[in-house]
Amino acid sequence: MCGTCGCGDEAAVHVEGDGEHVHVQADGTVVRHRHDPIADDQHEHLLPDGRVVRHSHPGGREPHLAHGVFTGHEHPAEHHHGLSDSEVRRIAVEQDVMARNDRAADLNRTRFAVEGCFVLNLMSGPGAGKTTLLVRTLDALKGRGKKLAVIEGDQQTSLDADRIRATGVPAVQVNTGKGCHLDAEMVMRALAKLPPPTGGQLYIENVGNLVCPAGFDLGEAKRAVVVSVTEGEDKPLKYPDMFAKADVVLVNKVDLVQALGFDLATLKANVRRVNPKAEVLDVSARTGEGFDRWIAWLDAAATQLASPAAAARVEATAG
Amino acid sequence: MHEVALAQSIVEIVREQARRDHVRSVKAVHLRIGALANVEPEALSFGFDAAAKGTLVEGAALAIERTPGAAFCGACGKDVAVESRLDLCPSCGSAQLLITGGEELRVTELEVT
Ligand SMILES: Nc1nc2c(ncn2[C@@H]2O[C@H](COP(=O)(O)OP(=O)(O)O)[C@@H](O)[C@H]2O)c(=O)[nH]1
Ligand SMILES: [Mg+2]
Ligand SMILES: [Zn+2]
Repeated sequence: MCGTCGCGDEAAVHVEGDGEHVHVQADGTVVRHRHDPIADDQHEHLLPDGRVVRHSHPGGREPHLAHGVFTGHEHPAEHHHGLSDSEVRRIAVEQDVMARNDRAADLNRTRFAVEGCFVLNLMSGPGAGKTTLLVRTLDALKGRGKKLAVIEGDQQTSLDADRIRATGVPAVQVNTGKGCHLDAEMVMRALAKLPPPTGGQLYIENVGNLVCPAGFDLGEAKRAVVVSVTEGEDKPLKYPDMFAKADVVLVNKVDLVQALGFDLATLKANVRRVNPKAEVLDVSARTGEGFDRWIAWLDAAATQLASPAAAARVEATAG
Repeated sequence: MHEVALAQSIVEIVREQARRDHVRSVKAVHLRIGALANVEPEALSFGFDAAAKGTLVEGAALAIERTPGAAFCGACGKDVAVESRLDLCPSCGSAQLLITGGEELRVTELEVT
């Protein structure tokens, strides 16, 4: 465990090339640090003055006083100080579990606004074609002198970031380990490696999963959900949370519609049912079909963000 | 399984509160989970036990209060109860529903010694 922030090993997210990570504390302060791997028999104490001591001794991680100072180290449940169960007291908390993520997302959003950077959060189930679509999108955009950047979320590999870099666009890979989604803190960390391009566009490819990413605001301007025609027409009904929050739904691999006998109309009716507002666009990341409309949608979304009214809105929410 | 991440956040919130209130051990954690919060209580309990291990939250019971989904119907102007995002207005059958309740996931109360 990390003594500064209390993050567990499971929570350790690694941005490639660095053991450093960032935490947003309850008061919004950002703490950046790195820690060496902690040995199994070691543990840490957070001293009242903020210092962290790490050591090991017989008794392992059993609670104890460190160096004669009570450190706030925790007592196990069976530990008693002459209090019986009848002395159980109640504490009102009323805290939103997502509040920390939302604070981080707000910090990201403010940073994007300051930089005038349009940010798209790209989500889908595994293999729907996010990376392929992104590569073709970047190829279409990069000739226009726009500054572009990509954050790639993946549980294990950095293959997708390599595919992006092959287009000449800078990319940073975030490996979430066991995590099945990107959260706003991971994006903050990634931005420390690859800042949002001023006046440009940042694309975030989320982890392939139609459930978990839906609940985590990253600070993006728009959300795109990709669903491919190899997946079945009922996807929107099975994952309504994901589709309900999309600004645009990209129906990918339409080059396969004929071969698969896929029913596009039913899929679209199902999207409409959970989200009447989202734009729905047919595309093929393989052939480029439908990309004119997709690029036009992106242009409109990015322009809308850059309008004075939108800037004022961002300022009002940030203030 | 974003419930694992949510459970970690819950344990963090509880530990933070426990530190402030000089709590010795946490007996129960009360949560309010909306019907539309996209959270599986069983998966959350499982993740909670794992995340609580080795902390003063270990062994605490999870008391989950479910709150119903609610929506405002743009067609008939009524506030109605809904069970899922796919529901149509139970009063008029319209799909023009704005979700107004049941999306929350909150830690509401702790029982501590
Ligand atoms: N036929 C066809 N295949 C596609 C299309 N887009 C992606 N694919 C293929 O689908 C597979 C998964 O694509 P990938 O971009 O890695 O998906 P991701 O996991 O969502 O990033 C790869 O084999 C792609 O070549 C498309 O429009 N048409
Ligand atoms: Mg990919
Ligand atoms: Zn109605």
